[in-house]
Amino acid sequence: MIGGLLMIVRRSLRQHALSTFVTVLSAALGSGLVMAVFVVAEQSERAFAGGPVGFDAVLGARGSQLQLVLNTVFHLETSPGNIPWSLYQEVKSDRRVDLAIPYAVGDNYRGYRIVGTTQEMFTEFEYQEGEKFELRPGGEIFEPLLADAVIGSTVAADLGLRVGSEIQPFHGLQFDESLQHNEVYRVVGVLKPTNSPSDRVVWIPIEGIFRMGGHVLRGTGEVYQAESGVAIPDEHKEVSAVMLKFKGGNSTGMYFDNLINRQGKVATLAWPIGSSMAELFDKLGWVNRILSMVAYLVVAVAAGSILASLYNTMNERRREFAILRALGARRSTVFSAIVLEAGTIAGLGALLGFAFYFAVLAAAAGIVREQTGVVIEQFAWHPVLLWTPLGMLLLGALAGCLPAYKAYATDVASNLLPAS
Amino acid sequence: MALLEIRDLKKAYRSPEGELHSVLDVPELDLGANEELALRGASGSGKTTLLNVIAGILRPDSGRVLVGGADIAGMSESSRDALRARSIGYVCQTFNLLQGYSALENVLLGMMFGPGSDRAFATKLLGELGLSDRLNYRPGQLSVGQQQRVALARALANRPKLVLADEPTGNLDPTRAQEALDVIRRLCSEHGASLLLVSHDQAILDRFERSVELAEINRAASVAGGAA
Repeated sequence: MIGGLLMIVRRSLRQHALSTFVTVLSAALGSGLVMAVFVVAEQSERAFAGGPVGFDAVLGARGSQLQLVLNTVFHLETSPGNIPWSLYQEVKSDRRVDLAIPYAVGDNYRGYRIVGTTQEMFTEFEYQEGEKFELRPGGEIFEPLLADAVIGSTVAADLGLRVGSEIQPFHGLQFDESLQHNEVYRVVGVLKPTNSPSDRVVWIPIEGIFRMGGHVLRGTGEVYQAESGVAIPDEHKEVSAVMLKFKGGNSTGMYFDNLINRQGKVATLAWPIGSSMAELFDKLGWVNRILSMVAYLVVAVAAGSILASLYNTMNERRREFAILRALGARRSTVFSAIVLEAGTIAGLGALLGFAFYFAVLAAAAGIVREQTGVVIEQFAWHPVLLWTPLGMLLLGALAGCLPAYKAYATDVASNLLPAS
Repeated sequence: MALLEIRDLKKAYRSPEGELHSVLDVPELDLGANEELALRGASGSGKTTLLNVIAGILRPDSGRVLVGGADIAGMSESSRDALRARSIGYVCQTFNLLQGYSALENVLLGMMFGPGSDRAFATKLLGELGLSDRLNYRPGQLSVGQQQRVALARALANRPKLVLADEPTGNLDPTRAQEALDVIRRLCSEHGASLLLVSHDQAILDRFERSVELAEINRAASVAGGAA
């Protein structure tokens, strides 16, 4: 019996190859889109908001916590402003603070952000929990008072830079060829890939940012320009942000949150970092809902096209059903054959949907990585990868029920033989 | 006991105007095991309706139709389907082959609703009918005579007790019709199946030892001229 059903389905799919192909394609598009929307949304949120970050908070200028996090953790957006060096020293010396690393931005090299920082970025900082930057063989960390640069792996690969290469920074965070500084930095180290936004960064000593031609410091509120060979007094210095790792976890975080965000007026503490990004994804939730609705709509259209394509063949197949019935096939057998056919189309679509899904995910992952350096896991498990094909299969089978009923109701005698 | 036993069979159709038209009124008709019977029926004499009732495709309004002792008239539709698949082979004038399927698949499909697919037997049957080199040909690629033989192979594939043949040679020229009839009779005999054949071709009917005018046994046809 099963063999008979399969033979009927196989023959019919082959006989209606074009409409089968189109409906399979629409089912693939629908299921692929649903899987892609859910997985891209979850993976993006996980990569941006849920990823393990090796520090607890970011201290920066008064303003948006989200902007602060985007600027320092993901090297996106502009800096909300600067905070005085004294504030950095104050938190660094606090017994509750385990690690405080200054972070200064304002320049780029051919579109890749230049970040001024200290050696601790390479010796103490963990870009992910338990993961420190590692240099490729032959490289070393920059010297604080030299025009040295350490570059991320993507910068090195894209611009063909290696240890010994020289770079001449451009002013601003957006690349503008007309705004090149006179200073020349020598690449002393290339970092191993981290699959994080740091791969897209050029690291230089923070002193280099202070002394870059045209840069002014306003640590005291008055304009100060560094002079060659003259030490910069600390009161003039300022930084874009300070990355903080606390001792004592949440209680310290709450203490500083209270101190800086609620009582203070000078700076902002982005803590906890993940919640700032989660807030962004919450705000962008409507985009996901719209995308999900579009995906569901495509699935519904796919189910509708399965129904329509099968239903349209029912008239031409009445004789076939009558012959099958005359051979001994039961009404339920004919009904099952059509439902199985619809389910097969949906099932093939769901299988092909995985190809579509992987293509969309690869494209999305490529774009996100290129734009942000954030890596989206392409082969991560998500329940949607199970229930979407199953749902498509069920929906396809349901869509087959109406044409199946038409086949079920086919009158054998009147469709079989010419009357005599 | 007769293989086929019909008693007081009645079947009527309602016309679009709502009038009831009697098509079959057969008081008695018997066919024994391994026997042959030819029914001669003019157009409108109800012969197709009679065969459809015997095959269980149509349900009679009243009376009894026993095939191998089982009363088709009292069976549910699915039981009639099962009986048809197991015990009755049906060949008709238009052959009713499935166009998208090869000759072999047509035969195999018929088996799948009955006792089950038996590729070796299906191949053997088609071979006996001279179609060994046409197993994978579709009906459209076969001559009319070859199609007729495929239909016959399909009718015999489930080793039925009864073969119903409705104008099986109607589409063939006289010479080929006689040859086809020989094949049908020989195979039914070899496979132990009774044959009930209806035709309006006297030359065909003359070949049968037992031949009955349908109008003689169908009172509806003799009274009203019939309508099927």
